[in-house]
Amino acid sequence: MTRRVLAILLLLILAVALYQALARVPFGTDRMAVSRYYLDHGVQDLGGVNIVTSVVVLYRGFDTLGEVTVLFLAATGLGALLHGLALHDEKRRRTKTPPSLIMRTATRILFPLILLLGAYVFVHGHLTPGGGFPGGVVVALAYLLGFLAHDHWRVNHRAVRWIEGLAGMTYVIIGLLGLYLAGSFLANFLPPGTPGRLFSAGIIPLIYITIGFKVGSEMTGLLSEMKEITE
Amino acid sequence: MTLLNLLETLLVIGMLGAALFVVRTRDLLAAVVVTAIISLVAAILFYVLQAPDVAITEAAIDAGLTTAIFLVALRKTERYEK
Repeated sequence: MTRRVLAILLLLILAVALYQALARVPFGTDRMAVSRYYLDHGVQDLGGVNIVTSVVVLYRGFDTLGEVTVLFLAATGLGALLHGLALHDEKRRRTKTPPSLIMRTATRILFPLILLLGAYVFVHGHLTPGGGFPGGVVVALAYLLGFLAHDHWRVNHRAVRWIEGLAGMTYVIIGLLGLYLAGSFLANFLPPGTPGRLFSAGIIPLIYITIGFKVGSEMTGLLSEMKEITE
Repeated sequence: MTLLNLLETLLVIGMLGAALFVVRTRDLLAAVVVTAIISLVAAILFYVLQAPDVAITEAAIDAGLTTAIFLVALRKTERYEK
């Protein structure tokens, strides 16, 4: 009982403190001068129509490299953990219902279409919503559908690891090229081009293609390892 | 209240109801599926609020990938909570 009263009291204090802090800020106002700058100058500076992408890849490019690194570390850690699990858990096997004819046939038709959508999302990251991260995940989800529909489906883990490593390396090499050609790491060394065209926005499409390949291969490798431990 | 506001309100109420169901139910498979539905509704809300980038990411990662990972985890345990 006293614990519950204490918890409620604590929550009330927290609520009052939060209210005090937030009440001074008028709701919904634009308080960041820098976001106004991005909106006003982003398109003519960099040539990317999608401002979100310009911010993620160029204005805050170094953060994105960190994000990709975090994702890589998380995937590697989870892979190591899953390998440990697979060694010990061999006893409990379930009866499995095989995938139905509808599932298999639909997957055969949908698989290339979903792959195409994923590639479209990451290639057009500077023009339409989306980009390397969601595009890569869409590619991995196509493989997930394949894993669900076909029992014997495997991906080549060696190839997945090579694609992942090469894509990550390409990202860093593009960054170093920026250092060599334009004076700072991940600087935009290509011309902005005509906004709205596919070949525009400097290095944004290049970087998002590498991120798409990296995220796609990482997630596909993870899903494939998960499939193997459930069998 | 415009039609769009009404839609948003209904979606938020639906999300709250679904979240309560997820916490209360003992059927973990149903909980995972309803969690995916909540993410899907969140994606629709992001789209309505003019954040299509976030909407795409939410739909792909939360409704797709997270659900798959939860299902794999569920296969390793039992379907019903004790």
